[in-house]
Amino acid sequence: MSDVTRAEICIAACAEAWRGDGEVIASPMGRIPALAARLAKLTFAPGLMLSDGDADYLTDPTGADSHVEAHIPYRRLFDFVWHGSRHVMMGASQLDRFGNQNISAIGTDFHRPKAQLIGVRGAPGNTINHPTSYWIANHSPKVFVEKVDVVSGIGFDRARAAGPAARFHELRLVVTNLAVLDFATPDRRMRIRSIHPGVTVEEVIAATGFALEGTSHPALTPQPDGEALRLIREVLDPKGTREREVPSAGRV
Amino acid sequence: MRDKRMSVDDVVAELRDGMTVGIGGWGSRRKPMALVTAIAKSSLKDLTVVSYGGPDVGMLCATGKVRKAVYGFVSLDSIPLDPHFRKARQQGEIEVAEFDEGALQWGLYAAALRLPFLPTRAGLGSDVVTNNPELKTVTSPYEDGEELLAMPAIHLDAALVHMNRADKFGNAQYLGPDIYFDDLYCLAAEKRYVSCERIVETSELLAAGPPQSLKINRMMVDGVVEAAGGAGFTSCVPDYGRDEAAQKAYAAGDLFAEAS
Repeated sequence: MSDVTRAEICIAACAEAWRGDGEVIASPMGRIPALAARLAKLTFAPGLMLSDGDADYLTDPTGADSHVEAHIPYRRLFDFVWHGSRHVMMGASQLDRFGNQNISAIGTDFHRPKAQLIGVRGAPGNTINHPTSYWIANHSPKVFVEKVDVVSGIGFDRARAAGPAARFHELRLVVTNLAVLDFATPDRRMRIRSIHPGVTVEEVIAATGFALEGTSHPALTPQPDGEALRLIREVLDPKGTREREVPSAGRV
Repeated sequence: MRDKRMSVDDVVAELRDGMTVGIGGWGSRRKPMALVTAIAKSSLKDLTVVSYGGPDVGMLCATGKVRKAVYGFVSLDSIPLDPHFRKARQQGEIEVAEFDEGALQWGLYAAALRLPFLPTRAGLGSDVVTNNPELKTVTSPYEDGEELLAMPAIHLDAALVHMNRADKFGNAQYLGPDIYFDDLYCLAAEKRYVSCERIVETSELLAAGPPQSLKINRMMVDGVVEAAGGAGFTSCVPDYGRDEAAQKAYAAGDLFAEAS
């Protein structure tokens, strides 16, 4: 389809993060990841568990015929996090080449940060216990940095240094408004997995504050198929809220 | 049995400068705001506040009550960041201990169980370890020999929580979606104060919710305060939702915004 928007490509790309996950909690942070997790559940990942934003888990969060199938308050959620039955897609204010993420504070003096953010939240525990992916709505050198100020979610270098206790660490995908990135390189540095239609590899390089791997002849991010598009437009997001997170400069 | 009813002011009068105070709820949900507001308006100072942080942390920072904040996050939910907490941090006014939110639970649980620490992975490899240099690791004495974070017990001098219902003896009930960690705060503290929307007879407790909703009982409570609207402007469902207008006013600088 020629009228697919960037936001729709991002939703389909984010959904791919959960492919093959089976019966686990999918915890999407952000609008595009929330739509993506539902798309995955409605299509190729029916086993995913999705919450209503509080403690109830719903069979079909967007459907008319939806039922509470589980009750998982925060106490129990942490049990599942530490058990490994979850795959979170978090945001990041900063992310480095090994996937270290910062959501805590900006600035080099932790005792007097330039900007206090939300705090490390569950990022240290998430990343060391179960699969983690990231969604970055605004791919820029401010986010993709040489060194993050406060390592909240841990990257591959930190996980290696932590030894056997970090053996469940697994970063899957980093999806941005420009590209899909992963860590499928020998020393787990970030590489370009694919670039979105309408984006050039030069744009991705310029928007990244460190040297990416896989910059020669990257693949093109697949467009959502007809059924996925129908679901996004008619079932999941008929009001077009996806455009708020990834506005279309035009059709791709 | 002891009638533990007291007023908001009675609770504040039992607190002392320099105490470590645990505050229940989560973000901008079921926070004991009547108690927090009274502390903010009192002469108390140098408090260490332990919280899944929301406007409780921000309000106490803005009124100069906080020496140290212990938290995993501070958020107002519908407003992602609390501007008063941010200001205190960015001006270097407070000490902090920022932990993974699951590790924070572990610290409270260790205190509740009278253990010095509990082992966890949550925090290993992250700057939680760098920024809290007092943290130590522990090596499993078993064959695996894993090195884990030894999350220290977080002992509280006082716990403040807000529940939907309670009787005058301290049996308390939550009716919303999540108890959060309110029962743990009570077990981790020397003195435990529960405010509630309504004090009812013990015989009436099960009219509103099942026995499973009685997560806090009188063994865990020293004082009960009836404070209708006592979580406002944070949410206290099913009694009321968050007052977004009042929260906006708070974030804009009107610390003690009247409920709309």
